[in-house]
Amino acid sequence: MKRLAHELLESFRIAFAQLRAHKMRSLLTALGVIIGIVAVTMMGTAINGMNVKFNESLAMLGSDVLYVQKWPWSDVEDWWNYVNRPPIRPEMAARLNRIIQDTPNSLLQVAVPVMSHPQTVKRAGKEVDGVYTAGTTSDFRYILATDFEAGRYFTETEADDGRPVCILGNDVAHALFPGRDAIGQTVNIKDHPFRVIGVFVHQGDFLGLFSMDNQALVPLDAYRKYIGANDQTELRVKVRDKNRMTDAMGELRGAMRRVRGQLIGTRDNFTINQQEAFKKFLDPVELGISVAGLTVTSLALFVGCIGIMNILFVSVKERTKEIGTRKALGARRRTILLQFLIEACSVSLLGGVMGLTLTWGLSRLIALAVPTLPIQVPFLLVVIGFVVSIIAGVLSGIVPAWSASRLDPVEALRYE
Amino acid sequence: MVPKAPSSLDRTTRPPGPLVIAIDGVTKLYVMGDETIHALRGVSLQIRRNEYLAIMGPSGSGKSTLMNMLGCLDTPSAGRYEFAGENVKAMTDDELADIRNREIGFVFQTFNLLPRSDALRNVELPLIYAGMPSGERESRARRALEDVGLGHRMHHKPAELSGGQRQRVAIARALVNHPSIILADEPTGNLDSQTGVEIMALFEQLYQRGNTLIVVTHEEDIARHARRIVRLRDGLIESDAAI
Repeated sequence: MKRLAHELLESFRIAFAQLRAHKMRSLLTALGVIIGIVAVTMMGTAINGMNVKFNESLAMLGSDVLYVQKWPWSDVEDWWNYVNRPPIRPEMAARLNRIIQDTPNSLLQVAVPVMSHPQTVKRAGKEVDGVYTAGTTSDFRYILATDFEAGRYFTETEADDGRPVCILGNDVAHALFPGRDAIGQTVNIKDHPFRVIGVFVHQGDFLGLFSMDNQALVPLDAYRKYIGANDQTELRVKVRDKNRMTDAMGELRGAMRRVRGQLIGTRDNFTINQQEAFKKFLDPVELGISVAGLTVTSLALFVGCIGIMNILFVSVKERTKEIGTRKALGARRRTILLQFLIEACSVSLLGGVMGLTLTWGLSRLIALAVPTLPIQVPFLLVVIGFVVSIIAGVLSGIVPAWSASRLDPVEALRYE
Repeated sequence: MVPKAPSSLDRTTRPPGPLVIAIDGVTKLYVMGDETIHALRGVSLQIRRNEYLAIMGPSGSGKSTLMNMLGCLDTPSAGRYEFAGENVKAMTDDELADIRNREIGFVFQTFNLLPRSDALRNVELPLIYAGMPSGERESRARRALEDVGLGHRMHHKPAELSGGQRQRVAIARALVNHPSIILADEPTGNLDSQTGVEIMALFEQLYQRGNTLIVVTHEEDIARHARRIVRLRDGLIESDAAI
């Protein structure tokens, strides 16, 4: 055991001396690993970023909110089964809430109607197009997944009276009132003035599809009066316990069928959507991207390994006589094997450290250049990067090291 | 301490000790393609502790093969080889490595020093393989270098040393683990004659201090420093006589 420790220490000294003696060669060999590690870890970082973004987006939907809608979020092939469904009306929320209140130990908390359509929001000389404008009740505050930068939510009086007040998304507020406080100002939606009573904090976009900061919220009755009485409606239902999502969905389905007056045996004429559906839809995509990306980038690392193997064969050949001398002086096979394995690992680890440093630097640069991208090198990836470097070293070193350890001392000593 | 050339007067022969090497009817075959080469055709030899032996012979006589055999770098095809009572023929590669480490000190014609290590590190090498802790290792290596007159050159790399100094580093390396025998293969082959004489004087000192020396050479002048000469021809011992 003590002997092994001495041999290991000696092997590290030799490896270090070799790296120093052949700086250019070591660096070029390590370059292959550097490129490989950068490729793999950048890909890992990108995948991680994709994941973070995806989860952030899902969180915007609210993990404890069910969406009652005419259409499901996933693609449907039998569109004719959906197109003739009767529309969902805002009044259904009130009926749903009565059923929820009458149900003992209901898993549902509250149902909120949301009417919506994109609108242009204007203010003296300025306007913002395609603002997701929604009308809803005061209950919406229960399912609100965001905070206010300024102002407040509408009161029950404002909501019940259908007063022309609105809450703006961050981008809308800053576009219309650059460098100014929007609260108390007036904006026009469909040429009707609305007083701004609140501004949401910056939230970002949902999977890059639409911006959560590009919205305007008004009381439902105001929406129906001034914006559009027949716009499409959805019901958002908050669940009491998100660990019992399936049971809650079952309860909601039964309640909705009662609201819709559906007979037993008929198909639901509504769909209950939830963020899970997005996950189910996107998870295979994500997996595909991960597998394909990592496979391709691993090839770069593999080429790096071949570089190490190649240079190690050269090194064994060059030092045949030295190997013979070491054997004559009492080095065992294991000693020689370890020596070259550690040399291979030193090169790959050098490449790994430099590669990880480069990845870190690159990701910092990208984060500086495009601040909205959630680029961050996860710590686990650093650990994996190190482990992969060592494994790469062992794998590429094992064959040359083995051949060195098997050299016949007599022939090795005679080698010139 | 630079050794002087020995005068012909101080040539005392020390009494030989117990048996170290006993080989009996050893043969060695090499198969090269279709040809089988009989490098050794049945050699028997006994070497005692504290002997100073020269092995001579023209090239192709089998003296290199015999030396490799004696140095436990190679094992016989047939016959017996006992080193200090142990059967070498039955040993595994690792056991052979251990016996080389403990019992045999090699001195090569081309010195075979590690070019990037200084003299001290070169001498320490066999002790590393013996698993000796670094403090003891360094003091042993220092003493060995002082013994060959290189106390002032410990931290020089081989390239910074003369040929004679390099060979003395190699001799220090051979001595450092207190081996039973020192096996020198043409130790003066790469040196000028004056340096060669100095190295042979150092060998004489080592012999007088109680070491067992085996020198393989084809030079009569070098062989005459020994106390016994074994001559090989065509894989057989031609003569074996004290001088």
